[in-house]
This record gives sequence, C-alpha cells and structure tokens, in this order.
Amino acid sequence: MAEDYTRMWTDLGLDLKAHDALLGVLGPLYEKTFMQQTDRPEGMKYFDFVMSEVHGLRIKELMDAKAAGRKVFGSFCVFVPEELILAVDGILVGLCAGAEFAPDEAEKLLPRNTCALIKGAFGFAVARVCPYLAAADVVVGENTCDGKKKSYEIFRDLVNDLYVMDLPQVKSEAGRELLRHECKRFAARVEEVSGRTIEVDALKKAIDTVNAKRSAMHRLAKLRAAEPAPISGLDALLANQVFFYDDPERFTKSVNAICDELESRTKKGEGVAQKGTPRILVSGCPMAVPNWKLPSIIESSGAVIVGEESCVGERGTRHLTGVEGNSVDALMDNIVDRYFKIDCAVFTPNPSRLDHIREMARDYKADGVIQYSIQFCSPYQIESGPVERALERDGIPVLRVDTDYSQQDSEQIRTRVEAFVERLQD
Amino acid sequence: MTVHAGIDIGSRTIKLVLLEDGRISKTAVTDATYDPIAVCRDLLADVDCRAITATGYGRRLFSRGRSCNVVSEIKAVAQGARFLSAGCRAVLDVGGQDTKVVTLDSRGKLDKFLMNDRCAAGTGRFLEVMAGALSYTYEQFTAAALSATQAEKLNSMCAVFAESEVISLVAQGASREGIALGIHESVATRTLSLMKGLTLSDTIMFAGGGASNPCLRRQIEAGLGRELYVPENPRVVAALGAALCNGEKEKQNGRRQFDAASDQIVRVGGWRA
Repeated sequence: MAEDYTRMWTDLGLDLKAHDALLGVLGPLYEKTFMQQTDRPEGMKYFDFVMSEVHGLRIKELMDAKAAGRKVFGSFCVFVPEELILAVDGILVGLCAGAEFAPDEAEKLLPRNTCALIKGAFGFAVARVCPYLAAADVVVGENTCDGKKKSYEIFRDLVNDLYVMDLPQVKSEAGRELLRHECKRFAARVEEVSGRTIEVDALKKAIDTVNAKRSAMHRLAKLRAAEPAPISGLDALLANQVFFYDDPERFTKSVNAICDELESRTKKGEGVAQKGTPRILVSGCPMAVPNWKLPSIIESSGAVIVGEESCVGERGTRHLTGVEGNSVDALMDNIVDRYFKIDCAVFTPNPSRLDHIREMARDYKADGVIQYSIQFCSPYQIESGPVERALERDGIPVLRVDTDYSQQDSEQIRTRVEAFVERLQD
Repeated sequence: MTVHAGIDIGSRTIKLVLLEDGRISKTAVTDATYDPIAVCRDLLADVDCRAITATGYGRRLFSRGRSCNVVSEIKAVAQGARFLSAGCRAVLDVGGQDTKVVTLDSRGKLDKFLMNDRCAAGTGRFLEVMAGALSYTYEQFTAAALSATQAEKLNSMCAVFAESEVISLVAQGASREGIALGIHESVATRTLSLMKGLTLSDTIMFAGGGASNPCLRRQIEAGLGRELYVPENPRVVAALGAALCNGEKEKQNGRRQFDAASDQIVRVGGWRA
C-alpha cells in the first residue's frame, strides 16, 4: 500500500476526485503497457517504482526541497536550459501534457483543432490534476511553434508564474544572438527567483550533472544497436520520459545500472526480441507520459523500436554542453552553442534533423522509420513529407502516422503498422 | 489435395476464399452483421483446410484462441492482386471503412501504401449512407448517378455533414440523380487525391466493394485518364491474398509447421469461437 498523499495533494490545490480518476486510468494503463512485456531488464524495476510514485514520492521530494528553500521550475520543452536552474540549486521538471484530460474544459479556452499536446497541458491545468504544475514556482514557456506561443498568452492565467523564453527560428548569427540574449535573460530570472547568483563553480557542476544524465542516455542508445535489441523501445522511451522528472543524479545512476545489465546481455547475445525482428526508428513529435499508444502498437505488431528521434529521445539529449571556460560568460556561451544545435522543426530550414535521422537509422540498424506526428502540429507534419521522400530515396522504408491522444484509432493505426512491418519482412 | 483458406473479416462483409492446390475452389461473400465470428463459423462449417489466414478488421478477434495466421489487409490485397494479374504493380481498394492504395515492387512484394484518415469519408460506407439519405437502394443509387447529366456539387466529405448537405439540396429542388452523381464525384475526387500520393504504374487493379460500383469506377477512370483493371470478383481479392499467405508462412517456417504430420490438417468447422 502506497503512502497516503491526500494531504499533500490537497495542499497543492489539486482536484482530488479528478486526480483519483486520472490515477485510476494511469495505473492500469501502465500495467497493461509495460508489465506484460517479457525479458525486461531488472533495472527497469526502478522505473516501475518511479512511475508508481510519479505523483507521490517524487512530488513529496519536490515539496521537501521547496520547504528547504529550493525553487521548482516546470517546463514543456527541451530548450529550457536545466544547467542554469541547477546552478542556483533549483529543480527542473517536465509538466503534464501527454494525455487527453478534460478536453471539453480545454476547448473552452482553445480551438478544437489545437494539437493534443497543448490541449493536454491545458486540460491538466484547468482540471487541477498535475501536481508538478501545482508545485512549480515558475512555469517556463517558450516560443517554439505558433500553437504553443499563442497558447501561453492564455495559459498565463492558469498558473502561478509564467515566464516565456523567446526562441530563434533560423540558425543564423542573428538567431544565435537572440538565443544568447534569451539565455542571459533567463539566467537573470533564475537568479532573481532563487535569490542566488550563478557562480562559475556551481555552473560547472550543473553542466557536469546534466551532461552525465545525457551521457547515460547516449550509452543506452548505443547498446540498442545490438542485434537482437537488448531492451524494448517502450522501456527505453520510459527512461527518456523519466529523464524529465527524476532527480538528475539518481536518474543517471539508474540508467547506467540498466546499461551494465544490457552490456552483459548483448555479450551473451540475448535480447528482448528474436534475431531478425524488424527494427524500427520512431521519429517526430515528442511523446510525454503516458503517451505510449504508438510504441505499444509497434511492439505488439512484431517489430522492436531501436531509437527515438524526438525531444523525448535523442533530439533532446544528443548534445552535451561544453565544459571549457573559467567564467560564467564562457560557460554561458557553451550553453548557447549547445541549445542552438537542437534541430526542432520550428527552425527553417532544418537540414540537420534529416541528417540525424539518417545517422540514427544507420547506427541503430533500423529497417524502417515510422514518422509520428501529432495532428495539427504543422512543423513536424510539414517536415514529414520531405523527410519521407529523402529516406525512401535512400532505400529506407517510411510510414507516416498522424494521430492524437485518443484510443479510438488504435486499430486503424495497427493495420498500417502491421502492413509496414510486413513490408519490412518481405 | 491441399486446401488453403483465406478469410477477410471486413467492416461490412466477410469474404472467404478456398485455394485447392493453388486454384480458387470456392469464394463466398456475406454480411458481417453484429456477430462477425458467428458468420465466420457458418462460412467455415464443413470446410476442411490445411491452414487458414485471417485478414480485415476482425482478424485479431477471429484468431484469438485458434491456430491461424494473421495478415494485414494491405499485404493481403497486394498478394491477391498479384495472383490475379501477374503484372500488377498497384491496387486501389475501396472497402466499407477504408480506402487504400497499395504499390508492389517488380518482384510483386508490398512496397508503399496510403489509407484514408480515420473517418469513413470517401469509403463504401459513405456511399451507402448517402444512398439511404436519398431513399435509394444502393443499386438504384449508382444507376441514378449514371443516368444524371449534371452533378450537384457537394462540399463536405464528412458523412454527417454531407447528409445534411444532401437534405438541403433536396430542399432546393436539385435533381435526385444529380445529387447521386455529385456524391460519387466527391468520393472519386477524394480517392484520386489519395492515389496521387503514390507513384502508380500503368496497370492498376481496382478491388473491394467499391470496384463493383460502375459510376465510381467511371469517375475515377475519367480522373486518371486511363482504365482500371477490375477482376471478376473484386471483393474477394484480400481474402484470396490471405489464402495465398498460408503458403508463404509455410515457406517461412521451412514447412515445419504444417508438413510435419498430415494429421495437422484441421477441420475448421469444428473450431469454437
């Protein structure tokens, strides 16, 4: 029996009835999606535990940290520099946006044809069921796509304190200058909120901490290149999702423990799928908890996922921040350089993303690529056409799947995915 | 004698094809009803076959608890088309709930495919609903459309909105035949735009229930500027492909699964749902 967190949730202002309903769906969904897999690494038990306590123990940790004077920042995007937050002993957490909740309430504020991720974030906020949002001292928004940028104008009224980062859309010198300016402006805000100054040593240590977390994910990603795949795509996605919630050092340790286990697996030639199982790279929009629909369909259709080209995946973690430099300014330049490399589809043009997909497909020996787009996400939907044509020209089969958070289209998606897997087997 | 069965459990109808030593020995088409598994049981009563492969939306439901192969309707329709026409490199399949376009490579293997969005707009079911909105039987509906001289323009492809558009057109005194043709035209336009998403070869097979609709066929052919090849019984192409997949599975399994002992031949009629 898990600890009773009712008091904490009440203090956070959550709607207990709605929140219970959410947990009542989440638990069984997790059970069905993850616990029925076979040959899972032992180390995944840690992630099972994290997920079982994702609204409990982790929130309690945040509340204890807040009581000790630390500040909690919440975000929806990989452009928010975690290094700056850690440098003032703050905590960065991802906010809930991976499920449809109270869509009718969200649609009172947003047009119906808004992407599921934005609508999800609004639903969680209006229905008061996201404890991370409730615990966040500052919510950091960012001007990425039009949908998010305009929605933050409305979201402002739903949260304690919204801070919006502006972001460039072109990888030019002017674009880099804008990002540099915005990182500095954000650093000032972080200092103001925490009442601390960002010092060189603390910033160096913060960079090391975040880099260690990313490096652990790189290690995991490389191990998935083995044939047979040593870990399911669902479990690897879960690690990528927990990346946004967990204590960074504990997370790094846990992922490395899984990697140790996977290393011994691959040495013995063991894996989660039989040799010859079609290997799939998933590319496109982010999948936040509990958005497991497509990977779950793929892996129950006779294929295994070997990589995620996604913000919740390698797009978000692949670059490390430079550690060279002995001043805050020099380290800040490293941070700007690192975040400027993210190949989000809001950038135009965005050729490095295609290069990265090709690289991942080659390195992880993918037989095919499934491009995942959330309906009404113009940047990724529009990019999916040229990406598909380029990959098919290279001889890499591609399937495009456009969907939202509802479950009603699962069987239609399954038909497409199965046919795609059959194509890969032929 | 080796009998292989293919069953296509679609949203509107269930199709069965039996292959005897590689030749079609039986085909059957029946309504899916509210209890498709009972329909399958009836269809398969007294069928002796070495192996069965299921396809269509009901394939998983059907395969539950049975030793039966499962194949997507996309691969099935490609296999079936290739069997019926050796040079076939593209298939258009307009079914009850789905419209799909499939291409095959030069070896006859499944290449690319596209399907309609999740709703039934532009599918066979859409045409049936619209026939009902005009108080026609389906046959009357296509005949009326063929007889029309001018098509009424329909803007909506959503079955719900299109039905109200039809009602408004009737209220405005538009000709019933013209509306029927307009509905066919809108489905053809939608189908053509899906077909434009793939590079199609010269020989395109038209399969599924939609292929038996002469007006739809005419409109699509007009839009393409070339003829479509419609097989004798277009609705059973996917079931035929499924039946053919049995042989492929045997090959894949090195013939272990089914050839190990002849007593592995199962009597399908005896299976319980």
